[in-house]
Amino acid sequence: MKLETVIKLLDAKVLSKKDCLETEVFAACGSDLMSDVLAFVKDQALLLTGLVNSQVVRTAEMMDMKAIVFVRGKLPGDDILELADEAGIAILSTELPLYISCGKLYSEGLYN
Amino acid sequence: MNSFKVQYKVDGEDFSAAGDASRKLKKVLQNLGISPQIIRKATVAMYEGEINMVIHADGGVIDAEITPDKIHIFLRDKGPGIPDIALAMTEGYSTASNNVRELGFGAGMGLPNMEKYTDYMNITTQIGVGTTIEMIVNIV
Repeated sequence: MKLETVIKLLDAKVLSKKDCLETEVFAACGSDLMSDVLAFVKDQALLLTGLVNSQVVRTAEMMDMKAIVFVRGKLPGDDILELADEAGIAILSTELPLYISCGKLYSEGLYN
Repeated sequence: MNSFKVQYKVDGEDFSAAGDASRKLKKVLQNLGISPQIIRKATVAMYEGEINMVIHADGGVIDAEITPDKIHIFLRDKGPGIPDIALAMTEGYSTASNNVRELGFGAGMGLPNMEKYTDYMNITTQIGVGTTIEMIVNIV
């Protein structure tokens, strides 16, 4: 699924500076526990989380994830955005809660 | 490729910087042309170890040696030691503080994840002295 579709489905804002609409993700993981995310092995995945700190970006970077969606309207600080930019990870934010966000993406074909 | 050695110091004071060493190793491994799947295994295992060093042991030192056939990592700290390694290896068991849990860690998955992603892992620990974790990820 292209991030352009993710953005539409979640009515998400794009916080990254770089153009990411064409970036494609093939799996997704929703969790506030980074160790659970680190146990999840999929290529070109999307991370959905309500946790906002720099370790979220580092976790996504170690897992070669392509994008992070911060749920429940959470907005990361500039330090987090810079870290993500350096790592080439797109950052999105949606007002939707985690469960609904995951459900919308899953029902449109983004399985795990 | 000849043998390649790197050493990183892990600052125990700064949780937001935890993971810096793993990022640096990831870049080194990428520059050496190692496959992304192998890099992910090594750096995720090291990242969990690095987080543990910051959470439990006030930092430490990480040595990594990359040879043509393996990535060999030593994580050394002068923390409190692990009283019961088998218990610490149990998924879900954690002694991390609530403060650490709020940051997204302390789920009791650190050591199990490290074992999962490595081809060999050995823990040497002494109460009140420190812990050394040796990990190997095979390249071929």
